[in-house]
Amino acid sequence: MRLELRGVTKRFGDFTANDKIDLIVEPGSVHALLGENGAGKSTLMNVLFGLYDADEGEILVDGEPAGFKGPGDAMAAGIGMVHQHFMLVHPFTVAENVMLGHEEVRGPAKLLDLGNARKRVKEISDRFGFHVDPDAVVEDLSVGAQQRVEIIKALSQRAEILILDEPTAVLTPQETDELLAIVKQLRDSGTAVVLITHKLREVQAVADHITVIRRGKVVGTALPTASQEELASLMVGRDVSMTVDKPEAKPGDVMLEVESLTVLDEFDHPQLRNVSFNVRAGEILAVAGVQGNGQTELTEAILGVVPTAAGTVKLDGEVLTGKKIKDTLMSGIGFVPEDRTEDGLVAGFSIANNLILDIYDQAPYSKGGVLRPSVVVSEAEKNVEQFDVRTTGVHATAGSLSGGNQQKVVLARELSRPLKLLIASQPTRGLDVGSIEFVHKRIVQERDNGAAVIIVSSELDEVVALADRIAVMYHGKIVDIVPPDTDRDTLGLMMAGAHEEDAA
Amino acid sequence: MTAVAPASTAPLEDDPVVAAKRWRTPIILAVVALLSLVVFGLGSVAGEITSFSISRSTDFFTVDTFDLPSRTTAIVASLVALALAAYSAWTVSQSRKAGWWLPVVFGISIMFALLAWAGAGRGATDIQITGLLTGAVVLSVPLVFGALSGVVCERSGIINIAIEGQLLAGAFLAAVVGSATGNAYIGLVAAPIAGALVGMLLALFTVKYWVNQIVVGVVLNVLVIGVTNFLFGTLLRESGNLNKNLGMADLPIPVLSKIPIIGPVLFDHNLLVYLMYIVVAILSVMLFKSRWGLRVRAVGEHPTAADTVGIKVNRTRVRNTILGGAIAGLGGAFFTVASGLAFGKEMTAGTGFIALAAMILGRWRPMGALGAAVLFGFAIALKDQLGIIGSPIPSQFLAMLPYIATIFAVAGLVGHARPPAAEGIPYKK
Amino acid sequence: MSDDDKNPTTPDASQDGESSASADGTKKAAESSVLVGGSDDGGDAPTSAVTGESGEGGEPTTRSEDARSMLRQITESSTLVVILAILASLVIGGILIILASEEVRTAAGYFFSRPADTFSAMWDSVSSAYSAMWKGAFFNADADTFAAKVRPFINTLTMATPLIFAGLGLGIGFRAGLFNIGAQGQIIMGATVGAMVGFMWHLPVGLHLLVAILGCILGGAMWGFIPGILKAKTGAHEVITTIMLNYIALNLLAYLLTLDAFQRPDSDNPQTPILDANAQYPHVLGESFPLHLGFFVALLAAWGVWWLMERSTLGFQFRAVGANPSASRTAGMSVSKSTVLVMVIAGGLAGLAGSAQVLGTQPSLTTGIAASIGFDAITVALLGRSRPLGIVFAAILFGGLKASGPALQVQAGLPIDIVLVVQSLIVLFIAAPPLVRFLFRLPTPKHEKEVTV
Repeated sequence: MRLELRGVTKRFGDFTANDKIDLIVEPGSVHALLGENGAGKSTLMNVLFGLYDADEGEILVDGEPAGFKGPGDAMAAGIGMVHQHFMLVHPFTVAENVMLGHEEVRGPAKLLDLGNARKRVKEISDRFGFHVDPDAVVEDLSVGAQQRVEIIKALSQRAEILILDEPTAVLTPQETDELLAIVKQLRDSGTAVVLITHKLREVQAVADHITVIRRGKVVGTALPTASQEELASLMVGRDVSMTVDKPEAKPGDVMLEVESLTVLDEFDHPQLRNVSFNVRAGEILAVAGVQGNGQTELTEAILGVVPTAAGTVKLDGEVLTGKKIKDTLMSGIGFVPEDRTEDGLVAGFSIANNLILDIYDQAPYSKGGVLRPSVVVSEAEKNVEQFDVRTTGVHATAGSLSGGNQQKVVLARELSRPLKLLIASQPTRGLDVGSIEFVHKRIVQERDNGAAVIIVSSELDEVVALADRIAVMYHGKIVDIVPPDTDRDTLGLMMAGAHEEDAA
Repeated sequence: MTAVAPASTAPLEDDPVVAAKRWRTPIILAVVALLSLVVFGLGSVAGEITSFSISRSTDFFTVDTFDLPSRTTAIVASLVALALAAYSAWTVSQSRKAGWWLPVVFGISIMFALLAWAGAGRGATDIQITGLLTGAVVLSVPLVFGALSGVVCERSGIINIAIEGQLLAGAFLAAVVGSATGNAYIGLVAAPIAGALVGMLLALFTVKYWVNQIVVGVVLNVLVIGVTNFLFGTLLRESGNLNKNLGMADLPIPVLSKIPIIGPVLFDHNLLVYLMYIVVAILSVMLFKSRWGLRVRAVGEHPTAADTVGIKVNRTRVRNTILGGAIAGLGGAFFTVASGLAFGKEMTAGTGFIALAAMILGRWRPMGALGAAVLFGFAIALKDQLGIIGSPIPSQFLAMLPYIATIFAVAGLVGHARPPAAEGIPYKK
Repeated sequence: MSDDDKNPTTPDASQDGESSASADGTKKAAESSVLVGGSDDGGDAPTSAVTGESGEGGEPTTRSEDARSMLRQITESSTLVVILAILASLVIGGILIILASEEVRTAAGYFFSRPADTFSAMWDSVSSAYSAMWKGAFFNADADTFAAKVRPFINTLTMATPLIFAGLGLGIGFRAGLFNIGAQGQIIMGATVGAMVGFMWHLPVGLHLLVAILGCILGGAMWGFIPGILKAKTGAHEVITTIMLNYIALNLLAYLLTLDAFQRPDSDNPQTPILDANAQYPHVLGESFPLHLGFFVALLAAWGVWWLMERSTLGFQFRAVGANPSASRTAGMSVSKSTVLVMVIAGGLAGLAGSAQVLGTQPSLTTGIAASIGFDAITVALLGRSRPLGIVFAAILFGGLKASGPALQVQAGLPIDIVLVVQSLIVLFIAAPPLVRFLFRLPTPKHEKEVTV
């Protein structure tokens, strides 16, 4: 099946997410759609998949115009999609998820024929060596396994074109390699694969054709033989340095001591098991690992957002465990949460009010329990300028800002008071390259001011670029703490649980 | 593939925090049993007797009214409950799961102790066990329909606070149509239409205009009260033949209805009760075994996922909300045509909210909702029964029971209930 | 009301984290769909999901377009929507009145011989109803004396008093993210405690009233504390617990009224003795008018609530927790403390609504003491968009509708329940501006289209 997009344009209000995009996907090939966050890749694929209506342009399947009114039409035409955020119903079994929307039924009551669905799951799972149990409940599966369920879902509909949206964001390097192997296997069996990504390495590994998108427009095509630097500058629109400039670290005394920290979730399953480590003033400890291996719980336990079941946290010799979040923050911790829209900002509040979210009851912002709006605004104006937040003014709501600017607001707030420790989780997730560079610069600056810094990131490139030491987490434990020049394969194996000496 | 094991499979069995939480159930059971022992057991005057009566003259065979020593009975029943609490503790210590029968038997024991205590020394009046259970089934009818309405709506992601209004609308239209046609059964057919209309409004405002679902529900209740009261005060008052006392005859099922206790309790009712059995059975099967059910639950849990496989999310929600309204409307017929009563102002008197509670207590499942609704029906029947024999407990406190039970339930003392994940969130594309 | 609140992030969401457009959409939808509180910053912006009519788009307007854009702004304003919503509700109420009117039905019987009769009967029934409502609620031009002319409005203010109190309490809750349906129970408990102070104790002038008011606050606050602490400690949803507590309070009151200590000696009905005169709000316009001091206490409370929410750090915390609890928690605020405090304050205000009844209009405790104030207050808070000033106006409007009941009954022969219909329709329409615009064929605001689809 040959797919062609001609002049596809999609607008949201005044904003043009896709501007006259042309794209041809040939059967039996891997077509990489390369672009940085916010370039419009996912929007384009949602148009193609029938989730959005295109404002202009047309989609042709084997030369015939195809008007997809919804995902059902797209699927019927042989297009399958694995979304970045999985489209799986958590309390359902694998078989139920796979059959959903295309159920085989019996009798006038249309009772489900689960047996057939199971058989189909098994068949596809065996063909590609997925090892997925059709009766497993999806919420009990690992992220990697859930992704395989998504692929089975698409293949069970006889998809001839498979769209993979940022498929490796949640995988270890080894799992990524395996996924890429599956992609090749699919291609060889005649399926066309569209790989949406911003990771150059993957593109070079599997793509047959590369289309680069920037700000909603196709800015060029390339062959997989192109160098990383060429691809990167095409993607960003200027030359980018692939490394972070940072001076040698000058570690001081131990600032943070974490000892035998254990955290349970609401169902009493351990999320963090007996974790111990130190961070010194003036150094960056980067925590690497596949998402969901306890990193979130680690940062939240230090802050006190989740209760600790056992263990202690000490900052500058002072025990934090059992303290209120407020007191922990005020003892000198800055916290940039993983999900800024959920945990970092109040979308409906103004930028000014977001900038005082954790210090609204401190001088000079309030006095005797009464807010001082003029001070709040004037301080906010200073911060907005200093952190280069692009906005119409400090009274604009935080929800009206782009992701990069939202993150700058969070950073501005957290760095506006003297810190002993800065914790930043996924500090650059979803940001464009310009914002990434800015955020990295400020983090390194904070280290050089003498704060201890913990970075949690699932992007190995970011970990390697920022870290003075790397702690690798797996299954709620710190596997090992290693120097930043450890090679990627070793880190990858450690992210799957192997110890350094075994991995290396 | 290197299988990355899920990070949450192996619990720390020996962790003290984990252990403490698992002990909650046996502790609560033990406290209740001890209270029962002290209040009902030791609180009964020694030497008094309680009379129980269980059969009717029409049954295959009859059992005479029998007397039991109040104090001994209450003590024995409480001790049985205490033993069950101990058994529950044992299962916890062995990391086993106690069966579903345990809370049921526990409840029956406590109820028996209560009845023995309440009936102590009231020689002339018997505790009518069959009557009590029959009352429980009958009184639970609107609760069951209301709770099922909630299940159907909420499983698709729409919170239905308007159950009360749907019941009231059903009761009203059933009475008016029934009176106008002179046939209670035609009224019964009209009832779901009224409920469906209310459901349609709920769907319109929540699905099309994304108004907060709780707001719409609350306001629709007021609207239905307003409209029915207004029409009651104008139309029904002026033309006297639009609101008559109609009745539906009991239709005893041959043979089955003659079995002692079970017969009168389950198989000697009017059509609406049998309809209730049928609706519960159909919904239980359809919701979990059919294509319709799978799609509805997908829409309520993860609407975007449902959309990406071509399921029309909002259409499903609208249909379910209207269907749910119809079910509640049918239940509303209980108040008028199915009970032989004329329509009265605000005659549902909060039943819809107890139904909502039954749905939550029944964890969004038809069978669970049925169980909880019958439990509440039993509490109401018990209130009436104790009112007749002159109970030591003020009737107002018994009337509070369902409400208190619900608060305990939602406060998580009876385990964790998980509502459909996308409940209350409008689906926008 | 200004309508400058931005409707969320459609363009931006797709601009940065691309994926959020599809998958996180549900989460964002949750934030914006709440009619009542949600994203509130900077005073009085309406925050309904569907009033995202941003006045200042990015488009440059030329001079010739100025007039049109002004017209546009008027037609898109939410004030107009409020007025039209009220109009639409009155129209539907009118249809109901026509349907129920015997005269109209009679005239319709010979419609084809004399159709004009039908229409004039229709007009008569509706106009008599609404003129009775107006006369009963606001100004009776037919009366002889000025005092009699304004008496309806004085009654209206009296009726509005408990609605202001309870509406303020609910409004705080809505803005703090709590859906408190429990005002009814809180009013009952407040009235109960206040009444006990009022008829059981006998204290000097001034002091007695003060203590009785405190009793009302305490009773209501106690009943607000229960769902608050349950939500904070166990996560029990306040909608359910407060509904249940309403019925528990009602049964508790019914039980208390069976006790000898609560029985008025000379009465067969379950009601308490009349409260001491010292414990009652003094009538401010003389004994012939029902308006009591409680009304001014309510206005004071409205100012207090405004100050609390907009100027104090505590209010900042309440609003932040309401708009995004997890971000507030991460920023070091205690969500549980906020929950409990908000429920206690809301309960206290509902208790004050009880005081307006039991220390004001009806100085003796009966099971009907709370009437339907607790539920009416929900519509008041919704109509007033949870803002103190809005709540005061909404309470006066709905108080007027209630006050017009007797006039409606006497002059138009209609049951007061039509008021409930109009009241609930107003709230429904206001919650759905696109529906109002559709009914009146108004243009859709620029930014709404993409939201409604």
